[in-house]
This record gives sequence, structure tokens and C-alpha cells, in this order.
Amino acid sequence: MAIKQITVFVENKQGALVSITDILAKSNINLRALSIAETNDFGILRLIVNDVETAKKALSDNGYLIKVTDVVGVKIGDAPGKLTAALSVLDKSGINMEYLYAFMARTERHAYVVLRVEDNEIAESALEREGFHLITDADINKL
Amino acid sequence: MEQNYYQKEIETMPVEDIKRLQSEKLVAQVKHVYENVEYYRRLMDEKGVKPEDIKGIEDLHKLPFLSKSDLRDAYPYGLLAKPLSECVRIQSTSGTTGRRVVAFYTQHDIDLWEDCCARAIVAAGGTKDDVCQVAYGYGLFTGGAGLNGGSHKVGCLTLPMSSGNTERQIQFMTDLGATILCCTPSYAAYLGESLKEKGCTPDSIPLKAGIFGAEPWTEEMRKNIEETLGIKAYDIYGLTETSGPGVAFECCEQTGMHINEDHFLAEIIDPETGEVLPEGEKGELVFTSLDKEAFPLLRYRTRDICVLSRKKCSCGRTLVKMAKPMGRTDDMMIIRGVNVFPSQIETVLLNEGYQPNYQIIVDRVNNNDTFDINVEMNPEQFTDKVSEILSMERKLGEAMKTMLGINPKIHLVAPKTIARSEGKAVRIIDKRKLI
Repeated sequence: MAIKQITVFVENKQGALVSITDILAKSNINLRALSIAETNDFGILRLIVNDVETAKKALSDNGYLIKVTDVVGVKIGDAPGKLTAALSVLDKSGINMEYLYAFMARTERHAYVVLRVEDNEIAESALEREGFHLITDADINKL
Repeated sequence: MEQNYYQKEIETMPVEDIKRLQSEKLVAQVKHVYENVEYYRRLMDEKGVKPEDIKGIEDLHKLPFLSKSDLRDAYPYGLLAKPLSECVRIQSTSGTTGRRVVAFYTQHDIDLWEDCCARAIVAAGGTKDDVCQVAYGYGLFTGGAGLNGGSHKVGCLTLPMSSGNTERQIQFMTDLGATILCCTPSYAAYLGESLKEKGCTPDSIPLKAGIFGAEPWTEEMRKNIEETLGIKAYDIYGLTETSGPGVAFECCEQTGMHINEDHFLAEIIDPETGEVLPEGEKGELVFTSLDKEAFPLLRYRTRDICVLSRKKCSCGRTLVKMAKPMGRTDDMMIIRGVNVFPSQIETVLLNEGYQPNYQIIVDRVNNNDTFDINVEMNPEQFTDKVSEILSMERKLGEAMKTMLGINPKIHLVAPKTIARSEGKAVRIIDKRKLI
């Protein structure tokens, strides 16, 4: 069920990020969502893209340190309190979350949340039990 | 200015007399080593030199050299010239490639070492009325033990503080009115800054002199320390292999360090050819101990690049002077007073599952050495979690600390991002401007 996220190690250098987005653009990759975690020394760029295999190949061919991780994608309503509802489910189930980021859906009145948790399956079944709709790579590709 | 000496007859002895004394002692020392140290006897035999070939210091060049690798090969007892029952102490250097240098001392050896340190303290203006704060590390490191002993010999009230714990250093310094401070120059600078922050002015503390060594430092640092602490700052030189600090010390002229020539015979050689260079030429400093019992090293190559001078000194001492070492013949770094070898860093990386692709960056900020190591991550170690990468850095830093004794800041970087020149990584970037 989970969706695939590409993580890229970004050096803390001028122009590091634009070189990455440039490579992706040249490979005709469309970015669906991204987040950056930064420290003093480096950044971790997390990407949801329309074509994981092509993006992965393009980045590794250019010498980037990357990792593909399964993350949970969940659809929520575009209204106040909807994110809280989703997070409460995880909280009540005692699921630890590493990080999350969110993006707006283009057509419907919805948003998507990308969740990085310890155990995807437990998180997914908890969310589904509470009536949340999970998204898949196929959903992402259709965006 | 009136001069005090700890052992005036030696320190102001006419040069010809010192050379005669050195010759007598050298003949006896070579005989002692040849008879008692199989390792060195073999080196002499290989070179076809017998003890009777050494009739005076003019024959010194006939003897084989010893280097750090000999010390490692002979570890721990191979260069010992006295039965262990005659030895009363060991001191040791920070580890080199996992193996330490251990030096042995008889009571006689400790006495002569402490005499050397006492000469340094008196040359810095120390008397029995002084309060001498020794903030070098105590224990295996020779700094604390040497200056502690010297301070006792002079009759100073000795404060055996050891290193660190700045709050306590400052409390004792101000409450007990320390007049002489012995520590590394970087720590002296740090103490000076801390005192300043507490609102202490140079006039409000009775400190008058400092004896600083165990790491390279500049004239600029000296000026800085002298101003913040309101003292005269004196350099001291030594190495565990020859006994410890006090092999050479600075006098009021502050233009180089007088070598205690009655105990240590100095030569400058061409590090490439081993050929002895004339006075005034720059080369590798080599020491021969003249009257040590337990751990006498003949022609020990220090790897320090240095110049000797016999120019008349205004302090009245006739002992030859060595300039501040200008560099090293090898890639050893001295960081925060600790010897660091790239090979040690490689060992830790391999033990911890990294490739030896790394870069050391040393700098000096506010008179303290900074020590950073960039390490290339393995692709399989990479993760999307920042906390995991930070904890990998911390774990590697701790492993480095265990091996090196000092704590580097580790920066994990992507594979193949460390600059390589001609296929070989540039391992060390030393930004400290010391000369």
C-alpha cells in the first residue's frame, strides 16, 4: 500500500539543491511533494515523484547518494482539524512518527500527508480502521 | 636585570668545557647502551661501530639513528638499559597507531629530568617564594610530572592542578595567589579569556610568568597571552622519549630555548640523507641522551624541523639555543597538545565499518585548536532520518576519542566527494598559521 519516497543527501554548498532539481527536470520528472531536513553540515531532501525508477537512475548516475524508502500516504479533507484527526489515530495507536510533510491535491478538495513512521503496516491499518483513504504509487502517478 | 640560575656552574659553563663534559659522558653512555640494550647493540654491529670507536662528541655521527618506529618495534622493554627492579616510574605518550611509547626512569633519571624543569622555572624568574600552578595533565603525560618535580626542586609552593576544570583553576589561582602558571599555551590563552570574562584584570592577579609547551605556538599567541594575563610567557621543549619537558627552555631573552646540553646532545641533520648539518642550518633535530640510566636513546630523530644557535645570550647562559620547531618531517599533527597520526584515524574508520576516505581539517579559533574530520559515508549507511546520521557521527566521534584521546567533530559526507589530487585524497588541511 505504501508509497515510495526518494531521499537524497545534499551537501551544504551553494547550488547543491538546484543541481538536483536540474537533473530531475532533464529526466522529465515531475515533483509531487518534497521536504528538506537540514543540519549545519548537510541536508536530507525527500521527494515524492511521478516516476521513481527514472528519478532514481538519473540521480545515482550523477553520483548522488540516494535511498528509496516506503512511506505512508494518506488523503485528508481540506478543512481545519483534518490533519489533527489523522495524527490522533497514530497517537492513540502508540505509533512513533519520524517526520511528515503534506501537499494539496490539485482537483479535489483534499490534501495528502506523507508520514514516516516506525511500522508502515500498523500505521496503515490504524488509519484505514478509522476510515482514512490511503494513497498508492498508482494514485501519485495519476496526479 | 639580575639573573638567577638553578645550576649556575652548568648553565654558564664555557662552551669548550661543556663539550668536554659531553664527550666524557657520551663515551660512558654509549658503553652503557651497548652492554645493556641488545636492540641498539645489533644496530651498532650492523653498522660496524664498536663502543671504543666513540672517543668523544666528534664521533657521534658514526652511531646509528633511532626513530619512532624503533620505539614501536622495541615496545615495551626492547630499549630498556636497566633491570626493571632499578626503575621507579614510567611515562607514556598518547598512542601512535595503537601502540604507545613507554619511557622508563630510575630515580637518577627522574632527578635529572626534574633538574632540567627546575632550570626552566628559575629561568622564568621562579624562586622558593613562588606559587607554581601546574595545569599540565598529570598521569602518564610527562607535562604534569615534569613541572611538578621541577617546582618542588626550586622550592615553590606547588599547586598540582592537572589540566581542565577551568573554574577550579581560576579559584585556586586567585585564592592562593599563583605567581607562575605551567600549561599548554592554548590553555593559558583560554584561562586568560575566562579570567577576563570574570572581570579579572592582569593587575588583580599576582601571576608573573608562564611556562608553556607541549604544542606549537606563535609569537602572536605569546603577545596575546602576555597581555591578557599580565605575565612573561616562556616556551619549554621536550619529548617523552628523551624524558619529558625541560630538554630545552627559554630565558628572559625569549629568543629560543637553551638546550640542557649536559644531559642532551643535540644535532641537526638533513632529514633525507641523515647527514649532519653545520650550526645555523635548518634540519631535523636529533637528540642523544648523555647520562640516562633506564631509557637512554642515542641519536633519536625527533622529526622536528629546527635551527640551533650558539650566539651569545644576554642571560649569561652558554647552553646552545634551539629555535621554536618550524614543522615536522612526517605527517604527525599536534592537535590540542596531543600527537595525532592519520594512520590512527584510518584504523578507527576501518574498525567502524567506513572506508578510509576522509579529510582532516585543523584550524585555530580563539587560540584553541579545532579538529574536524570529514568522512565519506557508505551508500548502505545512508538513511532518510537525520537523527540516525547524527548518531552515526557521534558514535564515530567517540571511537576516535578512544583512540586519539581528543574529540574530533565528525562530518559524514557523500561518497566520492572528498577532493582527490592525482587519485590520492588530500588527507590533511592544517589552516593553523604558526610560523
